[in-house]
Amino acid sequence: MSALDVGYAAGCGAETGMRVRRTGAFRTRRDARRYWLLLCLFLGAGVAAVLGLILYNQPVPVDSPSFIPVVKRRLTSVTAMFIAALCHSFATVAFQSVTGNRIITPSLLGYESLYSFIQTSVLFFFGATTLVRFTGTGAFFLQVALMIGLSLILFGWLLSGRYGNLHLMLLVGIIIGAGLNSVSGFMRRVLSPSEFDLLQARLIGSVNNADAAYFPIVIPLVLATALAMFLLSRRLNVLSLGRDAATAFGVHYQAHVILFLVLIAVLMATTTALIGPMTFFGFLVAMLSYQAAPTHDHRYVLPMAFAIGFGVLTSAYFLLYHVFHAQTVVSVLIELFGGIAFLTVLLRKRSL
Amino acid sequence: MITLQNVRKTYGGEVRIGPLNIEIPKAGITSLIGPNGAGKSTMLLMIGRLLKMDEGRIRVANMDIARSKSNDIAKILTILRQENHFITRLTVRQLVGFGRFPYSKGRLTKEDEAIISKYIDFFGLTDLEHRFLDELSGGQRQRAYVAMVLCQETEYVLLDEPLNNLDIARAVQMMEHLRRAADELGRTIVVVLHDINFAARYSDRICAMKNGQIAAFGTVDEIMRPDLLTDIFETRIEIIDGPYGKLAVY
Repeated sequence: MSALDVGYAAGCGAETGMRVRRTGAFRTRRDARRYWLLLCLFLGAGVAAVLGLILYNQPVPVDSPSFIPVVKRRLTSVTAMFIAALCHSFATVAFQSVTGNRIITPSLLGYESLYSFIQTSVLFFFGATTLVRFTGTGAFFLQVALMIGLSLILFGWLLSGRYGNLHLMLLVGIIIGAGLNSVSGFMRRVLSPSEFDLLQARLIGSVNNADAAYFPIVIPLVLATALAMFLLSRRLNVLSLGRDAATAFGVHYQAHVILFLVLIAVLMATTTALIGPMTFFGFLVAMLSYQAAPTHDHRYVLPMAFAIGFGVLTSAYFLLYHVFHAQTVVSVLIELFGGIAFLTVLLRKRSL
Repeated sequence: MITLQNVRKTYGGEVRIGPLNIEIPKAGITSLIGPNGAGKSTMLLMIGRLLKMDEGRIRVANMDIARSKSNDIAKILTILRQENHFITRLTVRQLVGFGRFPYSKGRLTKEDEAIISKYIDFFGLTDLEHRFLDELSGGQRQRAYVAMVLCQETEYVLLDEPLNNLDIARAVQMMEHLRRAADELGRTIVVVLHDINFAARYSDRICAMKNGQIAAFGTVDEIMRPDLLTDIFETRIEIIDGPYGKLAVY
């Protein structure tokens, strides 16, 4: 069986003469071909941009002793892009399927607000020197643990027992996020301009925030979580049918929803602590991947989302670094396009 | 056999359903009828474990619904509600294929594919099997959902108002399909219906409910009585003999 046949639905029985009826992930062979083509295209763009980011415009010749250190330094940001793309794409697609709503992002659970609250309060209470020093492994994992902890409390409280309501949980998440935002907004008001500048650099997501020292733990953690999500994607397919249908098929809905939300929390907390908030990136990627993967099957949607995320992120960084020479604005632009896409979908679709 | 023993459910302290005691025998179609708020859907959902009961015990084929593993229940009983999550880019065949999930966990075997084809053909969806759900009419989509739960090949099939939003032709067609599923495939079907005449025409037994209680349970002839129905629906109902059996006129 060639790669192109994988997941293809027998929609063309008449052409083959004999009617073989199969349930594939794609409706027609054309859809399947288009999927694999787009997947390769986005991955190819990603790989090309990675090579460009690492090798293009090298300040030193290949035989120079400082060539390897330069590559290593650049490799750090590329790895950070890989992690950001993987976390945001998988987390957003899974979150939208679990909640049955395609215009929300896991940021609603308050990770980003908590992150900016932690950063702001460190600066507010302990001063600029502490904030600059607040970057070690300890600080990193403290933030990850706090963010995962917040979401576990939220899930445990609102998803099991008396409430058992996904939408109530989202609402509380939004309110907690808004509350944290206004508290940090208040603290930011009384900062001096130089302190505020220091903080602002932390609060806009950038792969340059990433510290290679965390990679030995972050990379296995993120890969294992994403792999678990991918292996469970058949269950994700059933969950997206909704609570009643999933229960009728013998899937313990509540337990599975909490399981997926925990996986989502790990991905979102890790990427937010490593790189910073990117509210609309995941949304942009998920929206594009639904267009590029004409199937409901998450075994195909998830890889496509990752490929698009990685391709978009690396190409954007390459273009802005080496073509437009604007180093800092990548996340700003991604947020801008993501935000515009978000509004377009919201206004065009009308119904959710 | 579906057995309910002293099943109770309370909504917000005021609305009480039960105690419900009933034995629904195997095979055939049993219709649940009654006015709005009588507890028909509540009873169906509790049997289908989509709603927790407060007290009592429900057994389906000697399996305790509250204690058995959900996946084991999914092999003897299935339930379909009227409103379903709408998924884009899902074909009829993929939807029906979900019915095999309790057995194959999403990895469809050759046998699964044959079963899926059988139910697609059974519901006359053969030409539509590669259409996306959003390209179907309401009646076709409803048939696809019912095909999905029948594809689960469970002994017991619970359907919550499957005729909702269907015109007369589609509703008759749906009931004909269910009748054939009961007769040819030997399924036990429990269905919530609003139209007494549909219940009288197509079911073997009728269970009439009122104010959270089972008011009457019996064969069609036992239930299709003017005094009984008038009392249950609090509207004057006469019964006349029509070409297809008894007919309620109101």
